[in-house]
Amino acid sequence: MQRNINISKTIDWWTVGLYLLLIILGWFNIFAAVYNEEHRSIFDISQQYGKQLIWILSSIIIAIIILFTDSSVYQIFAYPIFFLILVLTILVLLIGTEINGQKAWFVIGWVRIQPSEFLKFAVCLTLAKFMSSYNFKIHKPRNLIILTLFILTPMLVVFMQHDTGTAIVFTSFIFMLYREGLTPYVMFLSVISIVLFITSLMVSQETIIYSLLILSIIIFALVNGQLTFVLGSIAILIGIYLIFYLLMKGFNFSWLTDYFIISVAITFSVLSFLLGILKKIKYASIIAIFLLSSIAFTFTVDYIFNHILKPHQQARINELLGKSSDPKGTGYNVNQSKIAIGSGGFWGKGFLQGTQTKYNFVPEQSTDFIFCTVGEEHGFVGSVLLLLLYVALLIRLIFLAERQRLAFSRIYGYGVVSILFFHFVINIGMTIGIVPVIGIPLPFFSYGGSSLWAFTILLFIFLKLDVDRFKYLT
Amino acid sequence: MTNPYVQRKYVIITLILLTLFVFVARLFYMQIIDDSYKYSAQNNSQRRITKYPARGVIFDRYGKILVYNEPAYDLMVIPMQTKEFDTLDLCHILEIEPELLRLILKRAKMYSKYKPSIVIPQLSLQTTAILKEKIYKFSGFFLQSRTLRKYPQPVASHLLGYVGEVDDAFIKQNPYYKMGDYVGISGIEKTYEEYLRGKKGVSIYLVDVHNKIVGNFADGKYDTAAVPGYNITTTIDLELQQYGERLMRNKKGSIVAIDPQSGEILALISSPSYDPSLLVGRKRAKNYQLLLKDTLKPLFNRALMAKYPPGSTFKMVNGLIGLQEGVINTQSSFSCSRGFAMGNIHVGCHPHPSPLDLISSVQHSCNAYYCNVFIKILNNKKYKNTEEAFLKWREYVTSFGFGTTLGTDLSYELKGNVPTNLYYNKYFGKNRWKPLTIISLSIGQGELGITPLQLANYACILANKGYYYIPHVVKEIHDVKWDNSKFKTKNYTLIDPKHFEPIVDGMEQVVKAGTARIARIDSITVCGKTGTAQNPHGKDHSIFIAFAPKENPKIAIAVFVENAGFGATYAAPIASLMIEKYIKRKIKRTDLEKYILDANLIKN
Repeated sequence: MQRNINISKTIDWWTVGLYLLLIILGWFNIFAAVYNEEHRSIFDISQQYGKQLIWILSSIIIAIIILFTDSSVYQIFAYPIFFLILVLTILVLLIGTEINGQKAWFVIGWVRIQPSEFLKFAVCLTLAKFMSSYNFKIHKPRNLIILTLFILTPMLVVFMQHDTGTAIVFTSFIFMLYREGLTPYVMFLSVISIVLFITSLMVSQETIIYSLLILSIIIFALVNGQLTFVLGSIAILIGIYLIFYLLMKGFNFSWLTDYFIISVAITFSVLSFLLGILKKIKYASIIAIFLLSSIAFTFTVDYIFNHILKPHQQARINELLGKSSDPKGTGYNVNQSKIAIGSGGFWGKGFLQGTQTKYNFVPEQSTDFIFCTVGEEHGFVGSVLLLLLYVALLIRLIFLAERQRLAFSRIYGYGVVSILFFHFVINIGMTIGIVPVIGIPLPFFSYGGSSLWAFTILLFIFLKLDVDRFKYLT
Repeated sequence: MTNPYVQRKYVIITLILLTLFVFVARLFYMQIIDDSYKYSAQNNSQRRITKYPARGVIFDRYGKILVYNEPAYDLMVIPMQTKEFDTLDLCHILEIEPELLRLILKRAKMYSKYKPSIVIPQLSLQTTAILKEKIYKFSGFFLQSRTLRKYPQPVASHLLGYVGEVDDAFIKQNPYYKMGDYVGISGIEKTYEEYLRGKKGVSIYLVDVHNKIVGNFADGKYDTAAVPGYNITTTIDLELQQYGERLMRNKKGSIVAIDPQSGEILALISSPSYDPSLLVGRKRAKNYQLLLKDTLKPLFNRALMAKYPPGSTFKMVNGLIGLQEGVINTQSSFSCSRGFAMGNIHVGCHPHPSPLDLISSVQHSCNAYYCNVFIKILNNKKYKNTEEAFLKWREYVTSFGFGTTLGTDLSYELKGNVPTNLYYNKYFGKNRWKPLTIISLSIGQGELGITPLQLANYACILANKGYYYIPHVVKEIHDVKWDNSKFKTKNYTLIDPKHFEPIVDGMEQVVKAGTARIARIDSITVCGKTGTAQNPHGKDHSIFIAFAPKENPKIAIAVFVENAGFGATYAAPIASLMIEKYIKRKIKRTDLEKYILDANLIKN
């Protein structure tokens, strides 16, 4: 029989606290982003900040409703919920309203609902349900095909709404799949090659090789646990690098660092390869191969881009990467966003004091570019604190997911982590100009009813599952 | 049952922490290390608008306005902030071709995308009114108020000079100036630029992304007001200047009138002249080209830049040197039989009594007399040879301000020419030239090149009997101390003042009973001297210098009329009328005035 559970005692208050903190900070930053001299009150519902308060209050109500709903509902109705929302999303394609070139909205009065936002938790539930079914084996071809279909179908529908950003979010489930046993090579190779592809076009090769070096050393440490060896080699590397950096600055030996870094990387990988064979240190040779092939990959991408692609093709890719040199065109948002954040300095300009923010230089500032407001008005300190809040939330959610007894709850939990992490990386990365501009909101922080509701539902279903984690114990 | 993949959570956590590390590093770089974003944010949100000061007003010596300012607007553009707009509409308002507008905008973009550039300077009031209503349609464009020079009377263009926009080369040398600033290019506008220009101010506004001004930056704490330029009172007598320009109408030449007791320039006329308002505003470039192409060279300031042989006006210099060197005295007399002849040299002369003493030689302008004096000077036994004697002679001549710049406050003053021994050595060979070789110097011909200003200054020296003040055109700069001590010092020639007496007496006789009786004024003792400069290209130039009254002289004047024949024909009556105008303020000799006004020496 089910036990009666006292929610206030079993609910994870850490997560609830982080959630409330993020939505309230978000609200204040929306206030700063669209602050209007004529509407000085944060409660003024003719403005976005007043409306956001309504979204926040209604989200809390939704959260409470979820907490008092039987958690088995989600497991039982996972597929119907998924199909219902999928149908709504398809329907919106036919009878929805087009806003900013995306046919993704139902408009009822002043309320705009974007069904695709709700698809995220629906897919999450569905995957959790499917993968927690009896005797599920991830590497069975049939299962792989069904998983792919569950992910690709909503992606395709959202793509057709011209909402590329939200569509790409569904790829984030790869993290959850990895945790659930998908061979690491799939995640590793896809993540690494995407990251390498983008970064090799955006940052200097020297930086990439250096990052790769440090990355391999960290991986080496993780798999072998030889912390002192690893820290020592990082310290030596940084030291040598600094010396060479000074030499380069002082004597203008710009070519020096390039050759140095490449030779260090090659020496390192050859050494660890030999080490792996001679001393039988685990993974040493694999890491060495990874490092070498990554470097080769980087150079190949660079070579192809610069020597084989035609100028217009380069321009198209640059545009995609937000690297386009035309600051009035596609690069405008990112450029203004970087100016806003960069001008914040250490302490920021102060609440409501951001000039970039106040005078609307950054488009979409209350939604996708809300992080600019934090960066400009609260500086390095405020930005890092916000990043830490998100990281704390993500790690807390991983902790919660791991303590679940039911596969369904755990898988769903990891799905939540995957979606939130993906949003975090893409959204912040794009405002600081290291990720291409993909318009997706910062969870709990950006203005917008649909996204706040959807993220609240996504999170609180998991919290409810967590509350009920002992429920089915016998 | 433990999940076999539980270890994988660490990989995911590592990935999250790695992301955090990358983000923090990036933020550290953007927000703390790299400063460029701060400047960009400032440029983004602040618009600095230069407040242009009004240039100083210029008055004549009696406080009448020579030039002041009137408001004008420049159409400016910040290329970065322009959006698509109705090009044809704007061209229609501005009355320009779309091609031209495109070119202007392209140039503005090349100069700077973020800084304002001028699209069209100095719009008419009418255009400004239309634009003010429609400017909201043209994002990135705005109107900037300026002032333009305005001349109540079309006079004294050469004296006042003009202002124009600075160019790249000028900005490189004078970083105070920015693109679109104005600077005095000639005349008083140039020499007193520093005082006239005033101080630019700046308003810093906050603008939003639509370039709409949303307020003052820091409540205007960093704004500075434009300080108008200092007003200047010149030494010019507007009425005399105007009168002189009238007299010189249809004649080529120049008048320079100076108050000998102070060196103040009363009038400075170069004819033909032009209306100074032609060189104001947008039409400046076009009009400048037209004036530049005019064969009569109206832009050429003859008073300061034209070099003429001084002719007989130069004779007194040789007389004074003769007295100073002791080769003649006031009683020395030489005979003249229609000229001077020695060897194969013959210098003609006109009929007059003979022999003549010093005073009469001035009165009758006897060529033979001065040939003799000149030979005596150069053959002086005191000196080893002709060259040494010539050097001494030249030293005397330059002490009169000939062959050097006087150091006036007028721009583009030329030195003129007094030949050197080196020139003759080169031309004839060393020791191969004798006094006779260069005899034409004795009567002010030959290689001598004297500017009207120098000649007027020479008239001052004669009036003052031995010294001059550097001629200058500015009497006072209002509200500011400036160093004009150099205009307050007497500059003596190398001639003892006592030697001037007989020369001045001779000049009195010139007007009373000599070559320039036409210049006589009943109530004023005028001292003068005619000159006729031989001109290899055409008719001789008519020259006259004078000062008046003889005692306590108030005005010294030099008049050149090109291709007008004898000194007495035109130059003397013009000088005489100018003197009468200045001293009496009224012309009684209307017949003489009519004769001059009617004379048209530019026939085309």
